[in-house]
Amino acid sequence: MRQSVVPVLTVVGALFVVWYAAAVWLNAPWAHDKAKRSGEVLSVSALVADTWAQDKPKLPAPHQVAIELWETTVEKKITSKRSLVYHSWVTLSATILGFVLGTGLGTLLAVGIVFNRTMDMSVMPWVIASQTIPILAIAPMIIVVLNAVGISGLLPKAMISMYLSFFPVVVGMVKGLRSPDAMQLDQMRTWNASASQTFWRLRLPSSMPYLFTSLKIGMAASLVGAIVGELPTGAIAGLGARLLAGSYYGQTIQIWSALIMAAALAAALVGIIGILQRVTLKRMGMAQ
Amino acid sequence: MSWLILALVIWAAGWTINGWLARRPATRLTSLAVPLIFGVTLVAVWEALVWGLEISPVLLPAPSIIATRFAASTGILWEDFVQTVVKGALSGYAMGCGSAFLIAVMIDRFPFLRRGLLPVGNFVAALPVIGMAPILVMWFGFDWQSKAAVVVVMVFFPMLVNTVQGLQATDVMQRDLMRTYAAGYWSTLFKLRLPAAMPFIFNGLKIASTLALIGAIVAEFFGSPIRGMGFRISTSVGQLALDLVWAEIVVAAIVGSAFYGGVALIERAVTFWHPSQRR
Repeated sequence: MRQSVVPVLTVVGALFVVWYAAAVWLNAPWAHDKAKRSGEVLSVSALVADTWAQDKPKLPAPHQVAIELWETTVEKKITSKRSLVYHSWVTLSATILGFVLGTGLGTLLAVGIVFNRTMDMSVMPWVIASQTIPILAIAPMIIVVLNAVGISGLLPKAMISMYLSFFPVVVGMVKGLRSPDAMQLDQMRTWNASASQTFWRLRLPSSMPYLFTSLKIGMAASLVGAIVGELPTGAIAGLGARLLAGSYYGQTIQIWSALIMAAALAAALVGIIGILQRVTLKRMGMAQ
Repeated sequence: MSWLILALVIWAAGWTINGWLARRPATRLTSLAVPLIFGVTLVAVWEALVWGLEISPVLLPAPSIIATRFAASTGILWEDFVQTVVKGALSGYAMGCGSAFLIAVMIDRFPFLRRGLLPVGNFVAALPVIGMAPILVMWFGFDWQSKAAVVVVMVFFPMLVNTVQGLQATDVMQRDLMRTYAAGYWSTLFKLRLPAAMPFIFNGLKIASTLALIGAIVAEFFGSPIRGMGFRISTSVGQLALDLVWAEIVVAAIVGSAFYGGVALIERAVTFWHPSQRR
């Protein structure tokens, strides 16, 4: 692990260099244009300084995004509509609700599939097929329809998150619940264990490593679902709404800061699950 | 009321047949028939419930209405299909997966790059990359180029990570054997490491196939010419023409499944030697 710190830092550093260079390259036409109109001749250093400090750049420089992030998270009150913390919270709550619903649904389906052969044969192929359908395309419709029925706010977004996050949980849990080998199952049988005892004492514990891996994927998918779910709601609140509003008004710095915020949110959520995984598996004596 | 009873009867009948089929020894036929019967039952119950509960077609149209709409507007659907799938998704898929593959082979030569890029790639693959869509639409304009760009960005990292992992899938013994044959870098790559990497590469290609369609459709929500599946879905929702929306969804579902199935078929032909393909 430690030996990869230097390479990772090098790669990240190289990314920043490329980002700054790309900012100069992409924003230069606008800077030249402005200079021509005011009749000035741009020196190289003036050009670079201008491209890194435009109001609506094609590609904002990293420090511009960082300043915007600082201003909208720390310096604004978190109840303010202009605070990014407020928008992140809107997205986060939908993500968590959808994730919990999806994990619950996924676990229930997995238990059904493992214990009922009819369900295994009829539902499982459709679970897989359901993911080849680009569900995000249906997101606007689900939201409009649920709004028409009178369900609005958190739940429609959470439904989309749920649909995206239940799949990895089903697949992972089915694999996990089936992971005890014949020897272990035979052992349970020699102890005359009932089906529910086998489930609680053998199948469920041995599915834990699989569960956590799928939870991580499910959480990332859930966040994507919540963000896309916010796009068609008319850009009211949430990170998706910030993206949409930013793209309408050409506020590129706002888009990038929302994007970075979403990335940080995803990293934090997946990181939390990673910590839970390590603690749980250690207590269960399954840590590698 | 009679519609509701019908729905119940259909459900019970479908489930009983499936239960009976599932208890019989499994053959190819039953493993195909059971999910098929389940799907047909679901659609029939949907139809009966829509009529029975008198659900407004604005909320949830019945399958029969969707089917008639589908048949009536094949022209529009085809135009949208060409715009979104052929121009946007497929070109982006080819460019994204191709460049990711080449770069993976390249960085595989340098362990330093590999150790640096793999964690970063894994991290980026977990990010909500779809958020790049408005930026790319701004850069590349409203037409299919921006959709292809979104697809490239979405499929690049999953493909890169999988290919790099696949190229490491050979063990020391196999590589030593190649060395005793005096095989150089290129012949080792083509005769040993690329074939061994194929299961991983196809895993990446499969993940990318679903991502490509999603990327192309969602990117159209941020601006598009007046055709395309994403455009049609978002405008038809606004006009409450839900039957057309569902027709587009049917197209998306067929295309998505066909795309995934096609990649899976090629995988079976290429990696026939892998344990997961044996039957």
